[in-house]
Amino acid sequence: MFLLLFSISILFTIQSHSYHKSKFINSANFLTGGIYNTANHFSEYLNLKSQNRLLSEENKRLKSLLYNTKNTIETKNIDSLNKPYYFSNAQIIKNNYSATDNMLLINKGTNDSIKQDFGVITTQGIVGIIDKTSGNYATVISILNTTISISAQLKKTNHYGDLKWDAKNPAIVQLTDIPKIAKILVGDTIVTSGRSSIFPKDINIGTVENYKLDDAENYYEINVKLFNDMTNLEHVYIIENINKPEITNLLNE
Amino acid sequence: MNNLLSVNSVRFIVLVLIQVLIFNNINFLGYINPYPYILFIAFFPVKSNRAIIILSGFLLGLIIDMFLDSGGIHAAACVFIAYVRPVILKFSFGTMYEHHNIKFAAVEFGSKITYIALLVALHHIILFSLEIFSLPKIILVVQKTLFSGIFTILLSIIITIIFSRKSK
Repeated sequence: MFLLLFSISILFTIQSHSYHKSKFINSANFLTGGIYNTANHFSEYLNLKSQNRLLSEENKRLKSLLYNTKNTIETKNIDSLNKPYYFSNAQIIKNNYSATDNMLLINKGTNDSIKQDFGVITTQGIVGIIDKTSGNYATVISILNTTISISAQLKKTNHYGDLKWDAKNPAIVQLTDIPKIAKILVGDTIVTSGRSSIFPKDINIGTVENYKLDDAENYYEINVKLFNDMTNLEHVYIIENINKPEITNLLNE
Repeated sequence: MNNLLSVNSVRFIVLVLIQVLIFNNINFLGYINPYPYILFIAFFPVKSNRAIIILSGFLLGLIIDMFLDSGGIHAAACVFIAYVRPVILKFSFGTMYEHHNIKFAAVEFGSKITYIALLVALHHIILFSLEIFSLPKIILVVQKTLFSGIFTILLSIIITIIFSRKSK
């Protein structure tokens, strides 16, 4: 009896350590999602002020974009049907950053056509990737999760590498595999590379905190300070890449 | 018996809710969270069948796992402490356990602390080694076990003091 149940739970644990494998045990179901949603109704009032400030900051930025780049937009021939990314918004109803494999829960699901492997960002930077979905809820693999790896690059050059987390500090993630030849300075901006078909190119991630060469001295290991405060998330945007099926089909052929 | 069942089910639900809604959002110093929900296993009736306590420990852990998206780590840790509980009971309460007449409200305070501390320590070691699941990061496991363990033990003792007063 003990051995049976113990091995079942070990099995679940091992499954959860591999990407997209855990089957039943996730919080995107009616019961846990409902409870978190109710609790979030109360707790969201506590940080209304800071969230309002964030939204108005973003409004300011978008307004300045809108009025300052009007001429260039008009000269470009933009085909409105050919937008590759579709955005929808959601709210984080469960945040977690103290474990080594952190998962978040959002209040949108398959009813809002949210599917696995959509990207999740905030106004400041990336948050994670959608994992499991149910009717009204979805779990998000946070970038603060040791199983996730996101393609990222330097903003000023095109050298790209993998973004991972070493489970030590929720404000710092690690960017590895940047070739030695790249010129890096402390304070450089790191953005998404657009190579993964999940995130578009040039979404902000963070700035270079410090860097060193890895053991083989061929690649840099960079500590990246996130723009996002992962401990204080509320409103997020979900990105759907409309061309993704086409891309994956092509890659699988 | 019926009373016992309802008391334990209420305790189960209340501890799970408090755990996921309050204690998991404490994040003291960034990563220290207490896990006092294992008090359910600690104060499970002593006389009951061993299979029942292991099964309910598994259920408790699985529900916590569901809320926290943590695979099966809580279930594994809970099943383990439910399994070794008789040994710890014997160690902390000695002969009183042999005679099968422990009442948790009536035992000495010192042995109660030993009992809770041992359960918490075992639970946390398993929990964090499964969560981190890598040998090079063993220092992180020890660190998390130690800090969260102290926090959990303190909280559990406070909770037991509060509730044993009420029942008098």
